Amino acid sequence: MSEAILSVEHLTMRFGGLIAVNDLSFEARRGEITAVIGPNGAGKTTVFNCITGFYKPSQGRITMRHADGRTHLLERLPDFRIAQVAKVARTFQNIRLFSGMTVLENLLVAQHNPLMSASGWSIGGILGLPSYGRAERQAIEKAAYWLDKCGLTDRADDPAGDLSYGPQRALEIARAMCTEPELLCLDEPAAGLNPRESLVLNDLLRFIRKEHGTSLLLIEHDMSVVMEISDHVVVLDYGIKISDGAPAAVREDPKVIAAYLGVDDSEVEKVEAEVGL
Amino acid sequence: MEVFFQQLINGVTLGSIYGLIAIGYTMVFGIIGMVNFSHGDVFMVSTFIALIALMILTTWLGVGSILIALMIVLIVAMVFTSLVSWTIERVAYRPLRGSFRLAPLISAIGMSIVLSNFVQVAQGPRNKAIDPILNNVFVLSAAGGYQVTLSYKQILIVVVTAALLAVFWWVVAKTPLGRAQRACEQDRKMAALLGVDVDRTISITFVMGAALAAVAGTLYLVYYGVVNFSDGFTPGVKAFTAAVLGGIGSLPGAVLGGLLIGLIEVFWSAYFSVEYKDVAAFSILAIVLIFMPQGILGRPDVEKV
Repeated sequence: MSEAILSVEHLTMRFGGLIAVNDLSFEARRGEITAVIGPNGAGKTTVFNCITGFYKPSQGRITMRHADGRTHLLERLPDFRIAQVAKVARTFQNIRLFSGMTVLENLLVAQHNPLMSASGWSIGGILGLPSYGRAERQAIEKAAYWLDKCGLTDRADDPAGDLSYGPQRALEIARAMCTEPELLCLDEPAAGLNPRESLVLNDLLRFIRKEHGTSLLLIEHDMSVVMEISDHVVVLDYGIKISDGAPAAVREDPKVIAAYLGVDDSEVEKVEAEVGL
Repeated sequence: MEVFFQQLINGVTLGSIYGLIAIGYTMVFGIIGMVNFSHGDVFMVSTFIALIALMILTTWLGVGSILIALMIVLIVAMVFTSLVSWTIERVAYRPLRGSFRLAPLISAIGMSIVLSNFVQVAQGPRNKAIDPILNNVFVLSAAGGYQVTLSYKQILIVVVTAALLAVFWWVVAKTPLGRAQRACEQDRKMAALLGVDVDRTISITFVMGAALAAVAGTLYLVYYGVVNFSDGFTPGVKAFTAAVLGGIGSLPGAVLGGLLIGLIEVFWSAYFSVEYKDVAAFSILAIVLIFMPQGILGRPDVEKV
């Protein structure tokens, strides 16, 4: 078992009186695919939003541990530093591409920081310094690599908004990978994909983990994806962790079955007592 | 016909100045969806900075060549005006980001009043004039006793405008900075999650807009030779109109809008009445917006369902 890359400790998120996530602790381990699952409204996306700086958590600590031993407390970083220095990238449930920009430009925006420093704040770019030209070529090469992996090479100069749904999802993952993340968070990557596209996605995610050593954290509803690719599953219900372990073990957990399928009225109290509500 | 050509030259010159100012409006609107009402006064401040720099250079330091003096004035005006605009963004707009939409707008109007009153107090309410410079003209045609002239000033204005627009277009289209600006325009939060420092990008946008306004301010000073603390308002409103006419958020639109407003104004003054030139410009704006609510080059918002 490898060390934890992301530790979430006692994370609580309140919106006014509503407690979306309550005292949640879990770990995602380096080089593994960790899935966060749970019924609708369980607080999965809220957890993601806390990790990626969208929300400031009400309580708790989120630690990102890099391979070289550096650590970052994500809840204290401004949003753009999370991608820049903590090396955490994410995708969204509802796709958020820059739809007016081309497919290639979407991937280049993700490489903003290396390009910016290479171009000396664009001033070097204006003066045509060779270091900038080199950085730009490297950036385009990296973009081309990911376009190839997603099968989008021939669409590179089309506006991203013109792609159909499946390719847009793939492009979002490619764009996140262009920031060279150590941890990639995917919010329902398989949502809206047909079974064939779903298989392609599984392959892409496995490839990312194997070839790039990127750890993955994903929210998913599609159980075929979760059971197929994840090494470790965390189950949430009403903002509380109800199960945590290997996919096979989680699938057999009575609490998980109860949360997903519901239980008879007569058993509600018993289950609630078990779950700790 | 000679009159027509003369007015065409005058209109393009005036339109270039409007276009340069309009870019500042259109870029800021594009990136944070705010009408920066203080931009016209930033332009006015730049005319004063240019005036002071020109005075120091020619009278005190005795720089002989007017072209070299103007180059230095241009750079000084760009630097100081950018600083003014950067400060305004920092103190008056950034703290209000995330507040309700009208808050920065009111703040902008406040900054506009602050700037014009500051200049009024510091520089006095009277017109400030410089000795006319670059007075040479080319006579293009003298047929029928009417001279069509093209002055050095006009050439300078159009050439400087065209050159800067080219550089500027290149920055926005091809550099990482420009890409970040366009990304922030579409989805600021997402850009931040990809590692783009959004606040800094917005500051740079203000600085770029102000630098172009400073170019416009310097050219305005050279062209008219007179500046006044209240000069921010009318060119500011005209440039804003130009940005809306061209399609707010669109860079080529701002330039096209500026040229159109300049031409309409000049032609109306020549063929009809000077008093109604602003009425004409705004009427055209109203008519265009009825038929093209997005402006001439604005992108309509198509919602994909």
